[in-house]
Amino acid sequence: MIDDPAQDAAPRRLIWRRAELLGIKDETPRVRTLTLAVPDWPGHLSGQHVDVRLTAEDGYQAQRSYSIGSPPEAREIELTVETISDGEVSPYLTGELRPGDIFELRGPIGGYFVWSNSLVGPLVLIAGGSGIVPLMAMLRHRAIAGHSCGALLVYSSRSWDDVIYRAELERLAAEDPSVRLIHTLTRAQPAGWQGYRRRIDKTMLAEIGIPELAAPHVFICGPTPLVETAAQALVELGIDAGRIKTERFGPSGGS
Amino acid sequence: MDEPPISRGFRSRRSSSDQRDRLPPGQYLTTDFPVLSAGPTPSITVANWSFALQLGGSLLGKWNWTEFQSLPQTELRTDIHCVTKWSKFDTNWRGVSFDTLLEAVGLTEAPSGFTMLHCDGGYTTNVPVADLLGGKGMVATHYEGLPLAPSHGGPARMLVPHLYFWKSAKWVRRLRFIEKDEAGFWESLGYHIYGDPWREQRYTGD
Repeated sequence: MIDDPAQDAAPRRLIWRRAELLGIKDETPRVRTLTLAVPDWPGHLSGQHVDVRLTAEDGYQAQRSYSIGSPPEAREIELTVETISDGEVSPYLTGELRPGDIFELRGPIGGYFVWSNSLVGPLVLIAGGSGIVPLMAMLRHRAIAGHSCGALLVYSSRSWDDVIYRAELERLAAEDPSVRLIHTLTRAQPAGWQGYRRRIDKTMLAEIGIPELAAPHVFICGPTPLVETAAQALVELGIDAGRIKTERFGPSGGS
Repeated sequence: MDEPPISRGFRSRRSSSDQRDRLPPGQYLTTDFPVLSAGPTPSITVANWSFALQLGGSLLGKWNWTEFQSLPQTELRTDIHCVTKWSKFDTNWRGVSFDTLLEAVGLTEAPSGFTMLHCDGGYTTNVPVADLLGGKGMVATHYEGLPLAPSHGGPARMLVPHLYFWKSAKWVRRLRFIEKDEAGFWESLGYHIYGDPWREQRYTGD
């Protein structure tokens, strides 16, 4: 894993900044995107995240990390947040916040799980659920920056209605023949669904043709079992472990 | 920044003051054990495993799995704190303490300075020697009475629970004494050089 870009993404003290909610958008029944104005934002790379801090009236504070969905080129920061029903922070962000409200965040954080347009070689993205968010920042960056290498997204969702960024993904793939989009719907499928209907596994990744790709940059983000399975399968299929970057979120109920 | 903005309607969902005393700032309690790694889980069989202590370029000691298991074992019950904000209370570990390793190679006094931990997959992290002495650091091979799962660092991981958990490097294979502090993997990517959860040293300069 070691030799990689973004060494320059570091070290400057990360201060807490005030983010103002500009707008909020439904992505799926449980997922919403917050568009934020963050004055003096230092910029970020696609794949990085931020820490969000909320302060209660009695001074109690809670922090959580959220991936940035917007590409480096965007002026506003977008966080796409899944509502964890017994969570402490996410129900507040997706349910209570109103445009004009202010909260704190700091970042960008994480200089390893990042992709930039300067990297040569096909981009392979494997996502489960809201694990799509940092990968979407990569696809958006790629579309804006005009990258010529192919991009492949394998995206596992429970159902068609749970696919985050669905319309935008369809549009990206329709407009750019070098973008390939493969959905798998694990719990429910629309009538006439021809695609995959099971969890991502080795057979699927082999069928899709990932082992034949030369020098891919692989990013996997999602729940731990998906990440473990996909990363393991790709290593077994002959992909160099050093080319596979992972970001995992457990079912830790945290957010 | 001056006064943080109050999030109207936002309330703590922590249940007890016990939690408050045991949770470092900015952390929340979890009961499961999230997995966080930068890449695929390496598959290492104990037959191919070894652990080495190194001072500069010279080897102080090296153990294969059987030799390592026959060293005096230490058990530790401790809270752990991940920089991604989860903390977990009362985790139980078994392995070989850093003190025992020093004894086993015949060192009556630890080299001064720092250590760099080297792991399968290329991961590194730096820890001061003083933070491993006196029972504070160990190479753990068992978690809750069972051999440590690969996704949690098995066959062996470092355990330095008073620092953020990225310092407790998974799949550790080599501990190298160094005179001057150097940044490891995450430390050179914006994470704090020392990583004390109680001082909330998450990122460079915190």
